[in-house]
Amino acid sequence: MTPLLEVRNLKKYFKTRYGLLHAVDDVSFTLDRGKTLGVVGESGCGKTTLGRTVLHLTEPTDGQIFFEGRDIMYPKKRELRKLRENMQIIFQDPYSSLNPRMTVSEAIMEPLILRGGMSNDEMLAETRKLMDTVGLASRFENSYPHELDGGRRQRIGIARALALKPKFIVCDEPVSALDVSIQAQIINLMLDLQEEFGLTYMFVTHDLSVVKYISDEIMVMYLGQVVEKAPSDELFANTLHPYSKALLSAIPIPNIHKKRKRILLRGEITSPVNPKPGCRFMARCDYAREECNEPQVLEESSPGHFVACCRYKEIMTS
Amino acid sequence: MRKKRKQSRLLEVWHQLKKNKVAVVALFVLVLLFLVAIFAPYLAPHPYEKQNSKLANAGPSREHPLGNDRLGRDILSRLIYGTRQSLQMGIVSVAIAAAIGILLGSVAGYYGGWVDNLSMRLLDIYQAVPMFLLSVSLAAILGPSLRNAIIALGIGTVPGYARIMRASVLTVREKEYVEAARAINASDIRIIFKYIIPNSIGPLIVQITMGVGSCILAGSALSFIGLGVQPPVPEWGAMISDARRVMREHPTHALYPGLCVMISVLACNLLGDGLRDALDPRLKN
Repeated sequence: MTPLLEVRNLKKYFKTRYGLLHAVDDVSFTLDRGKTLGVVGESGCGKTTLGRTVLHLTEPTDGQIFFEGRDIMYPKKRELRKLRENMQIIFQDPYSSLNPRMTVSEAIMEPLILRGGMSNDEMLAETRKLMDTVGLASRFENSYPHELDGGRRQRIGIARALALKPKFIVCDEPVSALDVSIQAQIINLMLDLQEEFGLTYMFVTHDLSVVKYISDEIMVMYLGQVVEKAPSDELFANTLHPYSKALLSAIPIPNIHKKRKRILLRGEITSPVNPKPGCRFMARCDYAREECNEPQVLEESSPGHFVACCRYKEIMTS
Repeated sequence: MRKKRKQSRLLEVWHQLKKNKVAVVALFVLVLLFLVAIFAPYLAPHPYEKQNSKLANAGPSREHPLGNDRLGRDILSRLIYGTRQSLQMGIVSVAIAAAIGILLGSVAGYYGGWVDNLSMRLLDIYQAVPMFLLSVSLAAILGPSLRNAIIALGIGTVPGYARIMRASVLTVREKEYVEAARAINASDIRIIFKYIIPNSIGPLIVQITMGVGSCILAGSALSFIGLGVQPPVPEWGAMISDARRVMREHPTHALYPGLCVMISVLACNLLGDGLRDALDPRLKN
């Protein structure tokens, strides 16, 4: 069976005054139907850009993207329209991702209007159904987004993304702007929806406790590159890359008696503009050696577990 | 269904506006001015062009409550008829300027890049010529008449609206809901009209209402130098300049039309302030 989404060597460079900014650099992954890929990394590592590039909200620089086996790297306008019915996005900030001049039902109906082919009554009925699906009471139909709290707003965003019955949804930090209590509600809603509609998620986040809960596979990114990729359980049980280790050690443990060693990273994230060919994490890495100046390739350490570190074997044994 | 919601939206704006007493008064004044303009022939006690040399510069009387001007014409009647010209000048010219400005500004701001650069540099050149001088030359080229004065004023004041609109669009363009609209296949035109313009027009509303005032003034100035409303048709600004010669002896001749200009401009500004608050759904309490 062909994977739902396959991305090969995707690159997105931005031209800046100082040179090329490597936002996404040579990222490859495949994503099967009904699965969730978690993409984690700190701010500015290119995870959001990756999601938007796949959806053609920003145009990719180079690489290949296949959706259901079809090449969608350079879609024509009509193809792109069709494609976006199958690929949607949920945004990070529910306060800025909704048009303040549109009521809840208008916002959810908008994709239906744009697709066309439905009468007003049908669209209204569909909108009500969608509101029900995402758990929005129908009394909010004519409310404006600013009248609702963050969780409800994010439900509007989800309903809007679901309106066209997509197969694949990029979730761009959908819960990081929400309160913790509401985060859980929204994540559970997303899991329910995944089960109900057989959705495939690409879940972009910097919150590892969230990603562990929702993902089948996790991809750790650093400065536009994938440094480690593994099935969710495997990554948490058997972290290999020094950066992933540091990232994972930052998850709070809800147990005050348990002491644990946190790996604190020194220094700032290095500039993504015209990066050197070697390991990009080198400047902040405790394990850095001479050979880290060479370009790092993703190696399969165990089935399904990929890591881009030339010293992972030594790290594993130490 | 959709229509009904649009109506309730208007009603909502009205409910918001009602809370602002000053704005309601301003609205009332403007409505009154409109009514005066429409029903001028019924309200005016005398024809505006009727001269009576015996009553030249006469003071107030029962027959002529505000007195007569230097040609013996009834000042009250002229003020009433003048409302028509002045309001037209203010409103139509601003409508022309704002329509062009909003379109130009939102297109420039939304697309950015060379479109933005080109249109803004053109506006720079445009603004290098003083607005009033531009209006004067346009009116002179088109020929003196009310219609041409309106066109000249409208075209002359485009840059201000376009710039404010562009600046406002630049911040709205970056909002995630614009990207969300793109993700659900909204066309550029739809994005501009349904997402960009409604969210960036706020700062322009005050500018528009003030513009009405300044266009009334500028229109009067055009009439003053003979490029606007042609005598004997009355217009407030033209009346002020007409009264200039007798300013020392009969200051009220200039005072009344001056007051009319002031009141209408003030009403426009106050209503604009109120509208800005009422139109913004975020400011609802």
